[in-house]
Amino acid sequence: MSAGSATSVCALRYTVDFCSEGEVCMADQILQFLLTGITVGATYALVALGFSIIFNASDVINFAQGEFVMIGAMATVALSANYGLPMWLAVICAVLITICVGLLLQRFAIAPAHNASVITTIIITIGASIFLRGVALLVWGKDIFSMPPISGEEPIHLGQATLLPQNLWIIGGTLVMVLGVHIFFNHTTHGKAILACSCNRMAAHLAGIPVGLMMLVAYGLSAFLGAMAGILIAPITFTSYDAGIMLGLKGFSAAVLGGMGNPMGAVAGGLLLGLIESLSAGLISSGYKDAIGFLILLLVLFLRPNGLFSKAATDRV
Amino acid sequence: MKKNIIAVAVGSLLAVSASQAMAANPIKIGTFLAVTGPASFLGDPELKTLQMYIAEVNAKGGVDGRKVELVHYDTGGRAKEAVNFAKRLIKKDRVDVIVGGSTSGSTLSVMPIVKKNQIPFISLAGSVKIIDPVQKWTFKMPHTDRMAASKIYEDMKKRGITRVALISGNGGFGKSGRVQSLALAGNYGIKIVADESYGRKDTDMTAQLTKIRDTDAQAILNFGFGSGPAIVTKNIRQLGIKVPLYESHGVASKKYIELAGAAAEGVRLPASALLVAEQLSDSNPQKAVLLAYKKKFEAKYGPVSTFGGHAYDGLMIALQAIDRANSTDKAKVRDEIEKTHNFIGTGGVFNMSPTDHLGLGLDAFRMLEIKNGNWTIVK
Repeated sequence: MSAGSATSVCALRYTVDFCSEGEVCMADQILQFLLTGITVGATYALVALGFSIIFNASDVINFAQGEFVMIGAMATVALSANYGLPMWLAVICAVLITICVGLLLQRFAIAPAHNASVITTIIITIGASIFLRGVALLVWGKDIFSMPPISGEEPIHLGQATLLPQNLWIIGGTLVMVLGVHIFFNHTTHGKAILACSCNRMAAHLAGIPVGLMMLVAYGLSAFLGAMAGILIAPITFTSYDAGIMLGLKGFSAAVLGGMGNPMGAVAGGLLLGLIESLSAGLISSGYKDAIGFLILLLVLFLRPNGLFSKAATDRV
Repeated sequence: MKKNIIAVAVGSLLAVSASQAMAANPIKIGTFLAVTGPASFLGDPELKTLQMYIAEVNAKGGVDGRKVELVHYDTGGRAKEAVNFAKRLIKKDRVDVIVGGSTSGSTLSVMPIVKKNQIPFISLAGSVKIIDPVQKWTFKMPHTDRMAASKIYEDMKKRGITRVALISGNGGFGKSGRVQSLALAGNYGIKIVADESYGRKDTDMTAQLTKIRDTDAQAILNFGFGSGPAIVTKNIRQLGIKVPLYESHGVASKKYIELAGAAAEGVRLPASALLVAEQLSDSNPQKAVLLAYKKKFEAKYGPVSTFGGHAYDGLMIALQAIDRANSTDKAKVRDEIEKTHNFIGTGGVFNMSPTDHLGLGLDAFRMLEIKNGNWTIVK
């Protein structure tokens, strides 16, 4: 019954707009696809940002980044639901817990292997991600959990298209964090010191930069970004002990697409990946949207191996 | 002569001790379940149910004076692991009967092994392919996806719905449900006007639902499990879609209502009577069984789901068959399982036959509607 009335509303609108029914609905559809793409892309971007920091510090891709995202969200849910902490306190504690996990990971898994090659270190992070997932499974169980959104669930209408208030929080959070990261790396001594470590560890050491400390800072910072991402995303995507796998994979793809180690590139890559997925789901086929996303990723790697937005083979220091 | 007497004495002594050993031999129930991984919401309550009831049966003295022993492996939801574990259960652990297989994928991949080794296997997975065509050694407990689709279409027909938009998860359950929904639609005079899908871990389905919104569908049907259906439900509300939403029995747990929140109001789904046990009339033969299972499970583990109920049904049917056969001879047990008649389980009243290795009718499903965050029976 209501489907019939929806059609008649559409019919009414096109007589006013003087264009065919198909066209009116198509424009509305595309607006919704774009909004969906941007909101999904913002979640990918937020995760991708964490990959950039550790890559900047050590040329290592930290595959436990998705687990930081998961721990941030799961710890918040557990603290607020099981221990009755108010939301803001649960968020702060969860972020601190995740930072600790990041620091411990660096100190006890990455640092002891400081002479290992980049590939070995990457394999260590994969092992760490499986370990963290296992711990989360034991501590929090197998259930899927939801989290209340920051400001209600009443959708915001833009014409016929809609988005949720939480989507705006995610987009806003991404913007704030990417700016913060940008300023940190380009305008603070510590940020530049971290970049120096990745550029030439020996030279950085000789110049008096405490390399070990800088690595700790980098892992702590990306754990912080991961936790914030998890907490902002969870009200929309839910969270579970294995939520980090998919988010990590998509965040990694976004970071590669935009250019590893480039925070702005990570954001652009995330948004692009989100838009590709939503437009291919909407316009081509929802069954093939992931395949299309990865196909484009492969094409980019083939044509521009350093990502879309990186200046190939130039040093940043 | 003397030697002979000694030989006879020793021989009979051996025979006596052998028969005592036989009597003390436990009945071995083997199981492989997805206790961890994406399908853990199935395997977890299933394992808990098996452990709980086997402990209870043993406390009451076992079956035919023999203790019941559970041999369990966790597949993590992977079909390949299921195959390895099924082989180990049969060859190394030498179990008498297998009750397990949380997902259709793991069940279907184990069926050839079960057939080759001739061991009775009661599956806890949903797909209709497990029992159609009937395979001699495999039985199953849960209602099929075909029954779910039929039940949903029946309800739609009553409400005068003829145009339906389909959206399904791309996992085994969603895919199989989609195929059944497409195949059965014609029988109920229903036209499928959209056919969308989403990934198991997707976090946003508004693109697919926007397409559905702009069709002339009078209802949306979603086949899937896990977080997907809850996100679909929320996205539908976000997009302001007003047509009724039907979910499958894949979301028949309180978790779905908790995750989807207010958006789940008015959603309809077919499910076994376990979810609404208290609302059944006292004359319903299932009521006592359902309440007993629910009480026992909830006292120990928290909210009950229909999936654990299937494990209860499977275990009880297997043990009763062994009891009737008075042995664990595999062929005899299989024959007795096939003769299961009027067994009142959590899934319904089972009446099996050589041509029906499930034994449930469409009436085993109840059509439920979510009202005020709770299940209600649609009259």
